[in-house]
Amino acid sequence: MSNIEQQAKGKKDGEIRYLTPLNIDTNKTKKYCMFKKSGIRYVDYKDPDFLMRFINEQGKLLPRRLTGTSLKYQRKVSVAVKRARHLALMPYVADLLK
Amino acid sequence: MNHYETVFILNPVLSDVQIKETVKKYEDFLVSKGAKMISKEDWGLKKLAYPIQNKKSGFYHLFEFTAPGEVINPLEVEFRREERFMRYLTVKLDKHAISWAERRRVKLKEKAKA
Repeated sequence: MSNIEQQAKGKKDGEIRYLTPLNIDTNKTKKYCMFKKSGIRYVDYKDPDFLMRFINEQGKLLPRRLTGTSLKYQRKVSVAVKRARHLALMPYVADLLK
Repeated sequence: MNHYETVFILNPVLSDVQIKETVKKYEDFLVSKGAKMISKEDWGLKKLAYPIQNKKSGFYHLFEFTAPGEVINPLEVEFRREERFMRYLTVKLDKHAISWAERRRVKLKEKAKA
């Protein structure tokens, strides 16, 4: 009950109120497709260290919305990772990979 | 003639002589079928990311060659019959892949020199 009263007064102990909205940085850096940017035309399955940046800690492929890869190269990355897994260069399942 | 690349993993219990023999056997097989070897790579004994046939490492070898498409099927049949092989993968290279492979070879050569 006391809570509602306090709210009605518009005051709470230890509450900080701002007159102007907080200056939170909202313009994040734009993601880009690193293959397009650096002109890589072929995704090599023989290079597991490079492919590591497209998988998560469990060895799963990261979605495009996180890595920023374009659709064309995401398909190639996915094929490359699968080939690398077949050759035991990368794990199918892992834990705490990074 | 198509451009192909094949990677295979050999059993780690083999001796050096046996490995050389096996690699030579498949090289000869390819050449006898009209393939032209472009490069061979020996990655040596590598640790596997997960166990295959209860083994944690294997000898990796890579062949790059041009061959008519009919060669690949008999080659893979041979691979499947061979007990020394743990895994293999044959891929056809497109034009970007070929230029990548060339650049890769140059890089490896420079590394070997340095």
